[in-house]
Amino acid sequence: MEWTRRDFGALCAGAVATAALVGRPGFAFAADDNGTQAAIDAFTGGAPVAEGGVDIGAPEIAENGNTVPIEVGAENAAAIMILASGNPNPGVVTFEFTPLSGARSASTRIRLAKTQDVIAVARLEDGSFAMARRPVKVTIGGCGG
Amino acid sequence: MLKKAIVLAGAAALTGLASTAVLAGPDDDELVIDGETFVTELPGFEGSPLDPIYSGWRFRDDATQALEMDDFENPAFVFVEQAAESWETVEGTEGKSCASCHGAVEESMKGVRASMPSYNEAAGELWSLENYVNFCRTERMGADALKWDGDELNAMTALIALQSRGMPMAPVIDGPAAEWFERGKEIYYTRYGQLELSCANCHEDHTGDMIRADHLSQGQINGFPTYRFKNTKLNSAHGRFKGCIRDTRAETFAPGSPEFRALELYVAWRGQGLSIESPSVRN
Amino acid sequence: MSNVKPRVKVPKSAAAGEVITIKTLISHPMESGQRKDSKTGEVIPRKIINTFTATFEGEPVFKAKIEPAVAANPYIEFSMKVPGPGTLRFEWLDDDGTIYDLEKSIAAA
Repeated sequence: MEWTRRDFGALCAGAVATAALVGRPGFAFAADDNGTQAAIDAFTGGAPVAEGGVDIGAPEIAENGNTVPIEVGAENAAAIMILASGNPNPGVVTFEFTPLSGARSASTRIRLAKTQDVIAVARLEDGSFAMARRPVKVTIGGCGG
Repeated sequence: MLKKAIVLAGAAALTGLASTAVLAGPDDDELVIDGETFVTELPGFEGSPLDPIYSGWRFRDDATQALEMDDFENPAFVFVEQAAESWETVEGTEGKSCASCHGAVEESMKGVRASMPSYNEAAGELWSLENYVNFCRTERMGADALKWDGDELNAMTALIALQSRGMPMAPVIDGPAAEWFERGKEIYYTRYGQLELSCANCHEDHTGDMIRADHLSQGQINGFPTYRFKNTKLNSAHGRFKGCIRDTRAETFAPGSPEFRALELYVAWRGQGLSIESPSVRN
Repeated sequence: MSNVKPRVKVPKSAAAGEVITIKTLISHPMESGQRKDSKTGEVIPRKIINTFTATFEGEPVFKAKIEPAVAANPYIEFSMKVPGPGTLRFEWLDDDGTIYDLEKSIAAA
């Protein structure tokens, strides 16, 4: 059998579709991928990631991208990683919880370079992973002063 | 589970629903810090160019407002704490600290910010709070003057201003201060720069409107020094004046200059009666 | 006057089993390594607080691995289930190797 370009393309598409079905979370980063998917893979070791079960609190519109309040939480989380899909680098912060933790939630203030999705990936105590994302609009300043 | 998240999400939803209304003016939120309610809105006084008078806090979104409502979450307080250490620290050739003469800042500096800037008889000119601090440093302590609008001086004026927090702005504009007041008023209404903009063009004529994606306030200074997200540090009123005038594409006056002291007095008068919020939080 | 100063807010006393909120803030510019000096045009080297840890009587409570996308003067809030009276220790690790620390005691309520 001879491989044609079309066959190869179909195979690739199939592989991508399979990957999407099996393990990859259903988020499209292709348009402006800054390494977000790679950061998720590094955190999960390529394990499947469930959607939902992670709460992200953030303003819908941030008045200044320099300081955006954000809170993340997930029941039974051992760790939660926050990623900024539209920043030059995706990494923001990873919170690690312990048996002494109260609620498995934490908050901080982050920098967002532009309007984008903030992503939170939780590693739960049973070793499984869950994630959520939340769009945050970042406004440009006024005259700036 | 996420107490704050719910609050933030709710606030965001409200903002979305009421976005057309929000663009038209300040919001209706109430500023409460440590159980104390602050005056962020009052009717214009006789001769006031503004009616009502609003604190800039009312023009900020809920996430920004929230940071000023908790003294721990307000990042300015880490600098206030640094200044509190400086207050007790001996500096200069005379072996003195601020506390050597003034004792506890909470007692001696109570109410001082409310009437700033004020006419200094001995000096024969109008002084901002910064002038008083630097006079003490150079003349009483034998220490170097601190840089105007620099981090250390802004932290010290924030510490001093905090002792008047919640008190009404009450500048004195008559007597020898009158000519400074008139000079300040003249500057306020003078169009500067290639863009030919006066303070009034934005902060009086277009209060509540959007300038690009920012919400124009009345340009009140009752919250200064203020912690700004823009540069993540304390900013003096003079530093803010400088930024505004620079953005008209003009050569600006310098922080500490007689012109900015005069302008500070005039702008303080425009906001008289507003609660002092220093150190406030703005975008 | 040191430029870097940590602050922590913890209840002075708490009952065993109580969940308390802990608020922390440290004054630090969090230089991202992405900015250029406006005069020289050279990239300003990264210098951030890269790790924050909280321990109670030596036991880990909470940890944050921090990237340059955390805002200047980093603020972190989390919670702890109080096992009993004891001392909380907080450490902030700077890129330059400096460790800033602070301790707070919690009395029995």
